[in-house]
Amino acid sequence: MSLLKVENLSIEFGGVKAIDDLTFTIEPGTIHSIIGPNGAGKTTLFNLITGVYTPTSGTVLYDDEGVTGFKPFELAARGMSRTFQNLQIFFNMTAIENVMVGAHLHLNRGFFSSFFGLPTIKEGDRHCRETCLELLDFVGLRDYADTDTDSMPYGALKRLEIARALASKPKILLLDEPAAGLNPAESREIDEVIKKVAERGITVVLVEHDMKMVMEISDHILVLDYGRKLTEGTAQEVRNNPDVIAAYLGG
Amino acid sequence: MNKLKSARTGGILVLMAIIAVLPLFLDNAFQFEIAILIFFNAIVCIGLNLLVGYGGQISLGHGAFVGLGAYGSAILTMQQEWDPLLSMVVAAAFTGGLCFIIARPILKLKGHYLAMATLGMGIIISIVINTEDQLTGGPDGMYVDGLSFMTDQIQWYWLIGGLLVFSVWASLNLIHSPIGRALRAVHGSEVAAEVVGVDTTQYKVLIFVVSGVFASVVGSLGVYYSNFVTPDIAGFFHSIELVVMVVFGGMASTFGAVIGAAILTILPQVLTFLHDFEHLVFGLILMLTMIFLPKGLVPTIADFFKKGDK
Repeated sequence: MSLLKVENLSIEFGGVKAIDDLTFTIEPGTIHSIIGPNGAGKTTLFNLITGVYTPTSGTVLYDDEGVTGFKPFELAARGMSRTFQNLQIFFNMTAIENVMVGAHLHLNRGFFSSFFGLPTIKEGDRHCRETCLELLDFVGLRDYADTDTDSMPYGALKRLEIARALASKPKILLLDEPAAGLNPAESREIDEVIKKVAERGITVVLVEHDMKMVMEISDHILVLDYGRKLTEGTAQEVRNNPDVIAAYLGG
Repeated sequence: MNKLKSARTGGILVLMAIIAVLPLFLDNAFQFEIAILIFFNAIVCIGLNLLVGYGGQISLGHGAFVGLGAYGSAILTMQQEWDPLLSMVVAAAFTGGLCFIIARPILKLKGHYLAMATLGMGIIISIVINTEDQLTGGPDGMYVDGLSFMTDQIQWYWLIGGLLVFSVWASLNLIHSPIGRALRAVHGSEVAAEVVGVDTTQYKVLIFVVSGVFASVVGSLGVYYSNFVTPDIAGFFHSIELVVMVVFGGMASTFGAVIGAAILTILPQVLTFLHDFEHLVFGLILMLTMIFLPKGLVPTIADFFKKGDK
């Protein structure tokens, strides 16, 4: 049974088909990469799956439930989370608070108990802080816990986004270019984090330009070009596909 | 974390101490009047700061909510002869309900557009108050009986001072709860908040209602205190004044809202000796503060001490 099923998905922006009749499935417990040249529609596809955009036509099935047109927070409640290509950090908060927002759905959110600062809220926050510290530890940022995010380095913020997404306890995690703009050492750290995430049994969907990383860690690769599926398969199959080589190098 | 907590409780204790000691230094009714006015303004600003400072949503129409509370109470007590406290609650519920209805369409807007929409909403309410003169007395305003058990100005001082301490405490509770973090997340990045499960619309509506109710309650109490209300209370200038207090004191700082309200309530009184130049100097002080302390008074000072620590 597939975890995510995309059928005949299309979206148009003023006549331009950014995603064009795309169909594919994602199996649970795998690392699934989506690659393609710039402008192929990878980020648009992420925005469609996670509910940031509503498709022009087509359906998205998640866990056998039709979720087309669902809002991102409704999908989060069903166990889907993501990170962003261009950082979306809460710069008005500390690192640990960013991660604690990620745990939002798993906390008591009663208005009056919050307003009057009841012990249940304080107790819940104490517990939440501990689990979030573990997550910061998991991505290697424990030392930054109480640092204001606007004074953290770029590479650390990339990992902070992953920790925040993990705090929502996702079943499927979509990572949009987690290694973009990182130096090789930072890139390797991200690499390790992604593998550890997958080991936890979380299905990972990865958009990435770092081909070395993609080929090394992916169980399955989907290649997009001009919003359409060029091919899909294992790293080996994709690497040797003449269409893929043509799309990347021209020809 | 512990340090943070002590700063919170410490701040409340300092505020309580100031309120407790202040009467020793106030030697006439006018000075008490100003102190009580500061408390009133500070409470509205704490509510407004939740919306503007923490939630990142501007409102240029908050004076209208103070006005709704004031006129709601005035009309219900004087024309319907309801109990004043019940009137206050009903007026607050009405204001909260109105906020709830208009929040959804209005808070879909961002930036200048939201500013325009809230401004327009405030002006509409202000016009209604001005023109419905059979109900509101029109531009002449109306007389309102006070609370029968509040006979003395000093009683009002303690009541509103106590309410201010409560508001600060509740505001801090709210900010340091999952709701408060969700709210700040909406300010930080709406899309990132959504993908971890925060229903951003719900929180924007919630905080709009909460800040509206804060304003309404202050409007009601203000009218019982002064026994009189005029449409100015719901006017554009009052709304702007409130926003300026929040921004001046420091956005996303509860104590900043209190200090902003205090300074901007006192300043015009101090500047009266300048007669015609009063507004000029007032504007100049605001401009210079915003140029040199763009984050507002309290956050800038807090940053300064944080850097000193290192």
